[in-house]
Amino acid sequence: MVANAVTGIAASLKCALFPCQGFQGSTRRLQWRKNERQCARKAGHGVITAKFDLKPPPYQLDALEPHMSHETFEYHWGKHHRAYVDNLNKQIAGTELDGMTLEDIVFVTYNKGDLLPPFNNAAQVWNHDFFWESMKPGGGGKPSGELLDLINRDFGSFEEFVEEFKRAATTQFGSGWAWLVYKANRLDVGNAVNPRPSDEDKKLLVVKSPNAVNPLVWDYFPLLTVDVWEHAYYIDYQNRRPDYLSIFMEKLVSWEAVSSRLKSAKAEATEREIEEQRKRKEEEEYGTANSEAVEMYLENDDSEAD
Amino acid sequence: MSLSSCGSSSICSLSSGILVANDPSSKLSKRRFTPSISQPGWKQRRDSSDNNRGVSKVFGYYGLKSPPYKLDALEPYMSQRTLEVHWGLHHRGYVEALNKQLEKNDSLYGCTMDELIKVLYNNGNPFPEFNDAAQVWNHDFFWESMQPGGGDMPTLGLLQQIEKDFGSFTNFKEKFTEAALTLFGSGWVWLVLKREAKCLAIIKTSNSINPLVWNDIPITSLDMWEHAYYLDYRNDKAKYVNTFMNHLVSWNAAAVRMVRAQAFVNLGEPKIPVA
Repeated sequence: MVANAVTGIAASLKCALFPCQGFQGSTRRLQWRKNERQCARKAGHGVITAKFDLKPPPYQLDALEPHMSHETFEYHWGKHHRAYVDNLNKQIAGTELDGMTLEDIVFVTYNKGDLLPPFNNAAQVWNHDFFWESMKPGGGGKPSGELLDLINRDFGSFEEFVEEFKRAATTQFGSGWAWLVYKANRLDVGNAVNPRPSDEDKKLLVVKSPNAVNPLVWDYFPLLTVDVWEHAYYIDYQNRRPDYLSIFMEKLVSWEAVSSRLKSAKAEATEREIEEQRKRKEEEEYGTANSEAVEMYLENDDSEAD
Repeated sequence: MSLSSCGSSSICSLSSGILVANDPSSKLSKRRFTPSISQPGWKQRRDSSDNNRGVSKVFGYYGLKSPPYKLDALEPYMSQRTLEVHWGLHHRGYVEALNKQLEKNDSLYGCTMDELIKVLYNNGNPFPEFNDAAQVWNHDFFWESMQPGGGDMPTLGLLQQIEKDFGSFTNFKEKFTEAALTLFGSGWVWLVLKREAKCLAIIKTSNSINPLVWNDIPITSLDMWEHAYYLDYRNDKAKYVNTFMNHLVSWNAAAVRMVRAQAFVNLGEPKIPVA
């Protein structure tokens, strides 16, 4: 999501034409986004206030009939999603969150689980953008290529993956979401460092989350989601959540979007690893330079004895 | 309204009835359980107004209790269609799921619904059966919290207590509405009588949690799961909540629950005569 209103519209048009690409760059590049924001400010536009836009789905509102009705979109996108956007804008106006990207707001307001008020709205805006782009007219079927290989590797078979995904979505009690995510193993938290990172640690997982929570906050790369808040399926399926999920898998999922997200996710994971290796090397070198200074305090150094 | 259809409390064991299996070898048929209170639900099961298309093949431990009014009685504020789906599918689904789970573990047989909920809540680390059990209780309580021609105001003692604890009935209404509209995700809003604090309070809970787990006494409730209002009001929560307050909430039921609650919570100041 882009902070500036004008570029926001441009981005949404772009997303309409290229549904997969809207989220390619949006997974975790905090550094890059901060620079972008700074550049925008320097461009001399005066005071920039962030205003998130209600991004339309990358298809017409009736394009997913009869599996997801026009009426559902009118309410789900036109009222629910719109309300999240409007309320978020109201909540962040004039605060330090104003001007941040959507993902940054989600991270910051998640606050390690002690949710700050804008979290629900911000996360729901993100989740719904991601959800619309996870579907397409004439969707469903099976994935292919690397995505299918990984699915077979991590779940046994495509059918087993579908079962697990549907099971997670069915058993998410109350409101929430079910996700397919890419987990790039990162034991590097605090003082714990993964001594032997390997490609096999990186894998696909199915997770479910309540209310507005999404896997970004657990440092996963989301690839696919299904909304299991009741408002997502009540008009078309009433309480028949399992039917909704079956139709979603068979007729709506956009495997192109998922594949392209997987590609970005892997690229970012690799980038991050390289970055971390570089940092670690730097610290080692910097550390060696410093150790000479430390030697001043050793016993055999008379100059500092006092 | 008969006492038996009032909201559950710890005195009145309103476990909704026990289906005795016809199979003589089944454990259940060895026990002689007859519901001690007449169960309107059972008789109404054969009514045409009862949408009985999903007759359960599970040997029931709990039964699906009917609301104390016909399914179209709350029109136009809560449509028959909503009752058919909400009660006939959701509530029924919870009952059947609960029974299925209890089949596997008969250590829980013999509990009243209230006891069952407290046991399953496990002090905040709930067992898997908790959600279904609590939702069965919650929905029983909710149907009984409404009546045709509901709304208006409470009277007498309940009104006095509300005015004491909220300032005025209008203020209570505002606070209740606010709680309902600020609840995020699925959940319930309750008017409860707090045992320790000895006062009325409004609380909102997520998913299936209810005030029994904190040992408080519910007086009335409002279902804020989307399935409760989506068919009639779509996303317009405010309209749903206002309609509930103005046309559906049963202050009669609330008053009876309040009276019973006072057997457990001493609200009055003792009048000690000065010698």
